[in-house]
Amino acid sequence: MSGPRGIVLEGVATGTAQQWGGVRLVPLLRSAPVPGLRLHPMAAEDLRDNPGIARGYEDAGVCCYVPHAYVLTWDGDPSPGAAYGTRLVAPGRSSAPRRMHLSPGGARGADRGRSRFLPMRLAVEGLLSLFSGGPETAWAEWSRDLVRRGVPSPGADTRPGREIGGLAEALRVFEIHRDQCGAAVYVADVLASVHLYPHPDDYRALHTSMLLDLFGEALYTYGLLRYAVPPLYTPLREERVRSLADLRREVAHSRERTRRGHDSLMLASLTGGLYRSGHGEGFGGRPQEGAGGGHRTRFRTGWLAPEPTRGEDLHVGEVVEDTDGRTAYLKTLRLSSSQVRQARLLAALNGAGWRLEGAALDLGVSVSALTERLDRAGLGHLLAPGLLEAHRAERRRAARRR
Amino acid sequence: MTDTYTDLLACEDLLLFASAAVASTGQREFHTASGEQGPSLDFLHDYVHGTLPDLYGLMLALHVNDHNAARIVHTLLSRPAPGADPALRPRENGLIRLRLARMPPQRVYRLFRRLAAERVNNRRTRAAMRDWIARRPLELDALKYRAGLRAAARHARVPLPGEVARFLFSRPADRRRAPYTAPLLESHRRAHYAARELYGLPLTVAEGFAAHHRVPRRAFLEGIAGRTTAAERLRLDRTARCHGLEAPLSDLGTAPLLRLCAYVVGLAVSERRERRAELEAALERAARRTAGPLAGTWPRTAAVLDDSYSSTGSRERRNRPLALALACHHLLRVLAPGGTSHWVSGHRDALTVRPQGPTRLAEPILDALDTGPARVVVVSDGYDDTPPLLSDALLLWRRRVDPERSVALVHLAPVLDAGVLAPHRLSPAVPTLGLHDPAVLPSLVELARFGEGRLGLADLRAHLLATADTVLDGERAGEAA
Repeated sequence: MSGPRGIVLEGVATGTAQQWGGVRLVPLLRSAPVPGLRLHPMAAEDLRDNPGIARGYEDAGVCCYVPHAYVLTWDGDPSPGAAYGTRLVAPGRSSAPRRMHLSPGGARGADRGRSRFLPMRLAVEGLLSLFSGGPETAWAEWSRDLVRRGVPSPGADTRPGREIGGLAEALRVFEIHRDQCGAAVYVADVLASVHLYPHPDDYRALHTSMLLDLFGEALYTYGLLRYAVPPLYTPLREERVRSLADLRREVAHSRERTRRGHDSLMLASLTGGLYRSGHGEGFGGRPQEGAGGGHRTRFRTGWLAPEPTRGEDLHVGEVVEDTDGRTAYLKTLRLSSSQVRQARLLAALNGAGWRLEGAALDLGVSVSALTERLDRAGLGHLLAPGLLEAHRAERRRAARRR
Repeated sequence: MTDTYTDLLACEDLLLFASAAVASTGQREFHTASGEQGPSLDFLHDYVHGTLPDLYGLMLALHVNDHNAARIVHTLLSRPAPGADPALRPRENGLIRLRLARMPPQRVYRLFRRLAAERVNNRRTRAAMRDWIARRPLELDALKYRAGLRAAARHARVPLPGEVARFLFSRPADRRRAPYTAPLLESHRRAHYAARELYGLPLTVAEGFAAHHRVPRRAFLEGIAGRTTAAERLRLDRTARCHGLEAPLSDLGTAPLLRLCAYVVGLAVSERRERRAELEAALERAARRTAGPLAGTWPRTAAVLDDSYSSTGSRERRNRPLALALACHHLLRVLAPGGTSHWVSGHRDALTVRPQGPTRLAEPILDALDTGPARVVVVSDGYDDTPPLLSDALLLWRRRVDPERSVALVHLAPVLDAGVLAPHRLSPAVPTLGLHDPAVLPSLVELARFGEGRLGLADLRAHLLATADTVLDGERAGEAA
């Protein structure tokens, strides 16, 4: 793990937001595609209506990625497998990357030809468990399962995008810009997810894949509200308009102010935060096989895990960045508030080396209060059953005394 | 002004209805499902028919689209008003007859079948059906619109010529036993047994026989080319090219402007580039034909045309808004030579336009105003990315930059917003009108005068009556000649 730092969105500009019902979509624009990184051709062919049109693959040294949880049938595999974590591969490489095989029927629609994602519950559980390890010492307080297998994935209180009210319709009517490489999705003006790809064609191919992504249950609730988000707009200053040129200047000024306002107020919950990033396998200047032997990777994958000390808006995600730390690929997911509580407790435990007393001391509460919090946050199953039972019995006695 | 407040409201209602009836087709749109439009339209028709019954019928004289014209006729026929002024009836009857005569026959027969199914059988309905049937080539209709003609003739008890009646009303065995003297019906009888006979039939009927006899597509298209209508030729053009027929089916010379634009927009961009000279000439010709005597009469006009992604329309109306924008581009170039066109995406070449990208209308409208025109026509569905910015910019322009109204700005919307029963407005400073066919563009501008509140219900009533009389007189003169 490297030290906490912010996300660098250099070379990416936000465009004019488009809103439909309770959903606001803000396009992320690149003036030029990131050179040398594209969606894996197999995935691209799978998605694109017309595979004949393939721009940007001409460069011999181009490196390819397969998004997390994307299901493909690789050469030599009898059945489809899902990429586990976003993978970087050279297109000439014949062997498959690390992947996970699915039970029959696991990948819904895997043979239907178009977008093939895992049932995303599996995917998000995998993603969340990546940033919290388990105890290294077998303290007596913890259940045997936890000691043996690490932290199980935080509960599955997430919903796929297609269940979020209005998101499917908003994505359908959204007008994709020519140089658009990504989008920030707001549900009832809460930043739900950010997608960023290196090339406009990749975004076009994966635009509707958002419907298969998972969102926290809070966003599902917001989607149920019949709340139409107002357009973002900085009023024109009437007194400054005397001629057509003035009006044009005022319109440009309003657009610029609106854009800056959005970046500093609304996107800040993602870009303003600090993240710990663990790096995936493709990390760091290792020679790649294929593509001419000694070709060096210019990209590395990583996980984003938030510093759980700050506010309620926490995002987890995956990132692919180049050697200068600029983001080429980004996909984030906003944690729901119960997940935030869990993340905070897990981080405190991790910080104290999974000593219950130490963590309680750090948080400034008693051990029994911390036990209570773990239980209430849905992490009771991590504790040793005896300890949990003793704690619950104590709580019942206390309630009876009152 | 002698109008009361109620009159002003009535005037507004009628304009709302006129705008909706010009633009709305009850089909699925990009932003709204077809189911949403139905109830809105039903309400509008019921409301206007209930409150302004005398003016409701006169709407047929305006350029109301066929879908709404059929609904108006349906309402007039199925809900007679016994208390209405008898002096108005002949005019209304004339308008019904005229409008039915101008409608495509399949729409008329659909209306007749609906009336028959609803058992609307008053004297006026029977007269309308009788008049219509009396003017039709009956052998052709018996083949092409068999169920419709059958339902109408039976419902209105119209006596048909012996052969047509035998064709329509007898059992299949009787129908085929004896030969007919009418060549069409005879071809149809023989086509059951011999493939070579089907080339004497209209295309839609011959298709079924071609499948029955397993005629190869190429041979079929070659043989049937002489029997197709202009619209069918345009539709089959691509198939004919795929099968490598040397002579193109359609000469593009006779197609109406909007249909031609829909055809052009449906071609791949590379093909449009290859056939540039041919297509541009055909578009120009069609626009000249549509403009007629009005060509070159308009003052300097700038057009702002929407080619954003939403101009793809829907599956039912594929690329319709874009085709309409392209048609307006060519029509305006003919009406006002020397004008400019500004596509929202910044695209320059009208022929290779594609529906792609966001809607940012403010900048292209300012570009259009910069060229110093006398009129600006915006053709867009009106869904801007930042509606308040556009609305305020236009208001400020009207209030601060051009308070003397030296430039007329009008917004034409090809799409009806079902929620508000009207096209989506750009700004209170700009009149918005529904547009379905570019051919009615000049008459729409007429109607827009009443939307500004300077002319009242009495003027509107007079305008409608005058229009109706002009239309009817024109028809009578045409018949006499």
